[in-house]
Amino acid sequence: MIKRIPLAALIGLFFTALYFFAAIFAPLIAPYGMAEVVGDVWEPASAQHWLGTDNIGRDLLTRMIYGGRTTIFIATAATILSFSLGAVLGFTAAVLGGWADQFLSRVVDLVMSIPSLILALVILSVTPVTVPVLVVIMGLLDSTRVFRLARAVAVDINVMDYVEAAKLRGEGRRWIIFREILPNALSPLVAEMGLRFIFMVLFISTLSFLGLGVQPPMADWGGIVKENKDGIVYGIGAALWPAVAIATLAISVNLVADWVLNRTTSLKGGRGG
Amino acid sequence: MADNALLDIKNLRIEATVYPPGEDPQDVVIVDDVSLQLEKGKVLGLIGESGAGKSTIGLSSMGYGRGGVRITGGEVILNGTDILTGGVRGLRKVRGKEVCYVAQSAAAAFNPAHKLMDQVIEAAIEHGVASRAEARKRAVTLFGKLGLPDPEHIGQRYPHQVSGGQLQRVMTAMALCSQPDLIVFDEPTTALDVTTQIDVLAAIKEAIRDTGVAALYITHDLAVVAQVSDHIMVLRNGKKVEYGTAEQIINDPHEEYTRALVSVRSIAHEEKKPTETPILSVKHVTASYGGGITVLKDVSVDIHEGQTLAVVGESGSGKSTMARAITGLLPPSEGEITFDGRTLSRRLDQRTKNDLRELQMIYQMADVAMNPRQTVATIIGRPLEFYFGLRGKERDRRIGELLDEIEMGTGFADRYPAELSGGQKQRVCIARALAAKPKLIICDEVTSALDPLVADGILKLLLNLQKIENVAYLFITHDLATVRAIADSIAVMFQGKVVRYGPKSQVLSPPFDDYTDLLLSSVPEMQIGWLEKALANRKMESAGN
Repeated sequence: MIKRIPLAALIGLFFTALYFFAAIFAPLIAPYGMAEVVGDVWEPASAQHWLGTDNIGRDLLTRMIYGGRTTIFIATAATILSFSLGAVLGFTAAVLGGWADQFLSRVVDLVMSIPSLILALVILSVTPVTVPVLVVIMGLLDSTRVFRLARAVAVDINVMDYVEAAKLRGEGRRWIIFREILPNALSPLVAEMGLRFIFMVLFISTLSFLGLGVQPPMADWGGIVKENKDGIVYGIGAALWPAVAIATLAISVNLVADWVLNRTTSLKGGRGG
Repeated sequence: MADNALLDIKNLRIEATVYPPGEDPQDVVIVDDVSLQLEKGKVLGLIGESGAGKSTIGLSSMGYGRGGVRITGGEVILNGTDILTGGVRGLRKVRGKEVCYVAQSAAAAFNPAHKLMDQVIEAAIEHGVASRAEARKRAVTLFGKLGLPDPEHIGQRYPHQVSGGQLQRVMTAMALCSQPDLIVFDEPTTALDVTTQIDVLAAIKEAIRDTGVAALYITHDLAVVAQVSDHIMVLRNGKKVEYGTAEQIINDPHEEYTRALVSVRSIAHEEKKPTETPILSVKHVTASYGGGITVLKDVSVDIHEGQTLAVVGESGSGKSTMARAITGLLPPSEGEITFDGRTLSRRLDQRTKNDLRELQMIYQMADVAMNPRQTVATIIGRPLEFYFGLRGKERDRRIGELLDEIEMGTGFADRYPAELSGGQKQRVCIARALAAKPKLIICDEVTSALDPLVADGILKLLLNLQKIENVAYLFITHDLATVRAIADSIAVMFQGKVVRYGPKSQVLSPPFDDYTDLLLSSVPEMQIGWLEKALANRKMESAGN
């Protein structure tokens, strides 16, 4: 089975697994405590501090691992939320049609017409900034995009004869949505999921960089850039490590998504081939 | 014969790479060691089921292979030169000048953004065969010869402004315009209604005779090919089965397979007497889609228990709309439908579960009638679960029974639809309908997408199941041969109305109304010279003109 996995997917799987592993077991892996000051300000890389130290002397590798934990957790939770909500609403709109579809679609258009970053900033400035609030806001805002995709895919599937056959059998909406439409809509949704996950990572990083995301002393990748950005002027690259982390995560997650997409479309009974 | 042959294909071998799901790519042979020769002015019919390689051979005579297809052996000699060795430049000189192509679906083959005339004369001008004015003149003559209305001006129209039958004739004119030596006709009448097909067939035949062009005529319908061909080659799985004159193939086939093709649709079905009260009664039903177009006008028919009502008509006659009205997918605006003594609600969502169970439906395209992500067991098992609450062993046992009934066996239970052949897919759909233990099954063109021999098997199965389960069929079709084979009573539909209705023996015996006569006389018969006879006896012009 392993030899069937193409090299690109293997690389993607390896790095994705590495990041998620590091995120889950951060306290066990990290060499120091999360907010522990262990050295001088902006020490260069050494045997004790593989990536050096940050702007107040904390171990940068430790911060990166804990930061990854926060960032990946929030991005994953928000992606799950946006996909469950967006897909279910999108399928429902496609199956119901008529005014329900009109109403949902227009509300989504309305939300999408406002840039999500600005909308998020406005909302976050009047609500307490905690992790659950961040997840909910990001998930809700992003679900509009999932809604659009899910609805478009489901409208196509909804007119297939097998869905008509299910309706003639007297099946309820739940069966039609979850058993007839969902399995056939998975391929495009999975592809979109890889992309949306990365947008979530960027989104939470941007929010933190602007100071409205994850609050100190909790570490997260956007926050690390913010804390260390002044070092760039002095030739200190601490702020670049989160960029490297985000880039490698983005590429590897999408390599995995590509592979999953290829597999599901060529699966037994898959659409196309 | 070899010396004056126009087209000489020697030991042609064509391969393609397939990518079976979950397995390594494999090379398959599509055409295996086929040789044929065609003299000037003669017509060779290539016939076979889907996958027989007939279109592939036809295209190879232009040196063309569809995506992924490779010509890996043999020679294609046209007018004395092997066109396979000429490269792209050589092919460009040949295509559109020495050999032209008429595709199955003219509607998809024409560019919708250009006028017909510009497309018809393009090849002739491009190859310098004629000047623009000459080509136009020739096109107008050809339009007239092919029986198109208003030949002077029809070229100024766009493809969507003429009917399907006319478009197919325009395409033939396009092929003839650059005066080629050879035309490849790839199922030119398959997508047309029977009454249109006969006109197009006659036009093609006449044009071939008048211009002296040679032709390869590809079709799956032996009766059609018998009308136009001098010789016929029967193909199966990329190999030659039999080759002979049209007369020999039709009247004295040597091979077993050819005999099967000639005698297809020979099911004999005795008409049953109608029972006292019908199981389904459609009374004065009128239905329309949004926009106020009435597609079904005051239709009344009865179906009796354990019997078959065949609804016949051309595309657009309203026969599928009748099925939608009966199932409740399109609530009728007027009229009443009674089923087993009770009045059915007009709308689908107001019907009881029992109403839904007793009235099942089978679709034309079995591919899209089954969820590609469900196994055969799930597809057949769901009605059992849904209507009868069967679970676990009980359900599996019943699935096994049903699979046996459709002559497939339990080995298929874990397969996905993509792993079944066309005929098997349709059988699974039949099993899904039967699982509900219905009293009536609506069959909407269930055999139209299948090869003749496979369709024959499905019809036999349906008749058999009718005997066992005593289920009634509403059989919608455009194919009169099918109707003869299975119907007890027949309704002929034309422009949304039932124009003739009654027991089979009565509907199919004279005196006929004009439309039924046209319809009946347009069905190709397995007989040389049928076309001329049929045209001579016509009373009514077909709608395609």
